Amino acid sequence: MSDYKNPMGESPHQVPVLTKRFGIENSASIDVYLQHDGYKGLEKALTMTSDQVIDEVKKSNLRGRGGAGFPTGMKWGFVPRQSPKPKYIVCNADESEPGTCKDRPLIEKDPHQLIEACIIAGWALESHQGYIYVRGEYRYLIDILDRALGEAYSKGYLGDNIQGSGFKFNLYTHTGAGAYECGEETALLNSLEGLRGFPRIKPPFPAIVGLYGAPTVVNNVETLANIPHILLNGGEWFAKLGCERNGGTRLFCLSGQIARPGIYELPMGFPLRKMIYEVGGGLRDGKKLKAVIPGGSSCPVLTADEIDVPMDFDSLGKIKSMLGSGGVIVIDEDTCMVKLLQRIMQFYAHESCGWCVPCREGTAWIKKLLDRFHAGFGRPDDPDTVADIAGNIMGKTLCPLGDAAAMPTLSIVSKFRHEFEEHLRLGACPHEKAPAPVS
Amino acid sequence: MGTMISQQLKERFQTLLGRYPVKRSALVPMLLFAQDEIGYVSEEIVEEICRTLDLPRIEVIEVVSYYTMLRRKPAGKFHLQVCTNVSCMLLGGESIYDHCRKRLGIENKQTTSDGTFSLEEVECIGACVGAPAAQINYDFYENLTPEKIDRIIESLTAQGK
Ligand SMILES: Cc1cc2nc3c(=O)[nH]c(=O)nc-3n(C[C@H](O)[C@H](O)[C@H](O)COP(=O)(O)O)c2cc1C
Ligand code: FES
Repeated sequence: MSDYKNPMGESPHQVPVLTKRFGIENSASIDVYLQHDGYKGLEKALTMTSDQVIDEVKKSNLRGRGGAGFPTGMKWGFVPRQSPKPKYIVCNADESEPGTCKDRPLIEKDPHQLIEACIIAGWALESHQGYIYVRGEYRYLIDILDRALGEAYSKGYLGDNIQGSGFKFNLYTHTGAGAYECGEETALLNSLEGLRGFPRIKPPFPAIVGLYGAPTVVNNVETLANIPHILLNGGEWFAKLGCERNGGTRLFCLSGQIARPGIYELPMGFPLRKMIYEVGGGLRDGKKLKAVIPGGSSCPVLTADEIDVPMDFDSLGKIKSMLGSGGVIVIDEDTCMVKLLQRIMQFYAHESCGWCVPCREGTAWIKKLLDRFHAGFGRPDDPDTVADIAGNIMGKTLCPLGDAAAMPTLSIVSKFRHEFEEHLRLGACPHEKAPAPVS
Repeated sequence: MGTMISQQLKERFQTLLGRYPVKRSALVPMLLFAQDEIGYVSEEIVEEICRTLDLPRIEVIEVVSYYTMLRRKPAGKFHLQVCTNVSCMLLGGESIYDHCRKRLGIENKQTTSDGTFSLEEVECIGACVGAPAAQINYDFYENLTPEKIDRIIESLTAQGK
């Protein structure tokens, strides 16, 4: 008796590329996929050389949708294709950055788009094996993907001799079992090898030394889903969909205190203010905006005065935040920013894998301190202590989970310092309602 | 009561083993699929997996204890996982969680005495645009209110009998 509605929002501003087949009945089946441009990108790729495919991806200005925005073509270019070792394609479907829920419909509604992308990546990188690493909670997506993979094998898009080209590629699903850290690419590879999801030291990067010590490309679901479109319509076409150095569209997940929450496919560089007020219909109940988390809980928060910004990797970088994973979380005037930070830190303290001391200890201490502070037992030097601990995590861990915890912390303490002061003055949270009557 | 491993599960293990050049890679999927069938990672599962993958027991236990979804004890027939992470919190996720605690009379990671329900406060489950959200076993429930949760619990209680 699950009850789950279509997560896609409706807005005339949308530019459906990745989501263009979502509305078609049975969009997950290979027959429907084939009727709507399915596997045409692959057919084209098979007439091109590896270098030509990689060049097309470079031209497209596609950047990683997993969070960091690394240029995909450049990453592919790092793979030593002449290496005698096997090469692996790994799709990151661990989707667990708070506020992010776009990979889920991409797989649910159009699994073949992702499968086609993995095969093209395999062709470009001279790889014959790939894995799609899906978070354990998304069990039904494993079933959907396994069914789609079966269809692709039986129609000759996977296997020993793809469409008579002589090219061999096998693709499998792999399930995680609950761990945010396993979304980090090197922890993911350890998890895929049957180990605890601890990060590896970089360099070497996975492109050189990845799965089983062999060259491996790890890409996010949404990143890969763009690939068939780039092959079919050309890198230049794709680059033009977006803005400078940021090609294509992006699936933005609008959540929080927004009137029309949903996932919207918008061009890269779409203005944030317009996204909130036109696409999302403004705030719920006509409330005023206080803050926005622009790309998942790991990003520095923006204040209501900072939303005149195009949503692309470079523009957000310029104002010291991040485009991140596409999870846009809208926060209204009645929300306590101390409480928000406390909840964010509860997450990172829970999810820190414990490998690096600054992250393991730092997140736990910040969380403990904020629990006390928000409960009304704050001390005047607490905000500085929080910033100090966060500063000591930043840049001092093997993987960026530590930074992901430190960045929202530092931004909230500095941009919303007055809210901390107010808690101190009142000896309580100004936003906490009187306890609800016991029923 | 033993937790016998079914033929079907053994076949699934074999399929998994065929996917990787190094068989240890099958470990996490084997554990999760086995738990799905049996309800938890029982001693029999651990032993079977150790045999299949040629691993010492400690290395399997070490992996089990890392992943939050894996458990060494049975959960309720309906495992209610309420998200209280940011997007859900902003729309009342914590009060949904509190409502479940009171309604079921259990705390985080506990099971009702009749074994029907267990409860867990979880991190983001990827349903943020349908917040506040929860998962019951693997099914998603979104845009929750206390009343909606009550109806869901009532209907599952009836099913559980
Ligand atoms: C703690 C942590 C969690 C991450 N979680 C995810 C995730 O769930 N999905 C994802 O695609 N990337 C995630 N990443 C980013 C990956 O490490 C990696 O950069 C990404 O998969 C690369 O793909 P892309 O270049 O296509 O973005 C995470 C990174 C960190 C540090
Ligand atoms: S924050 Fe609750 S589902 Fe994402």
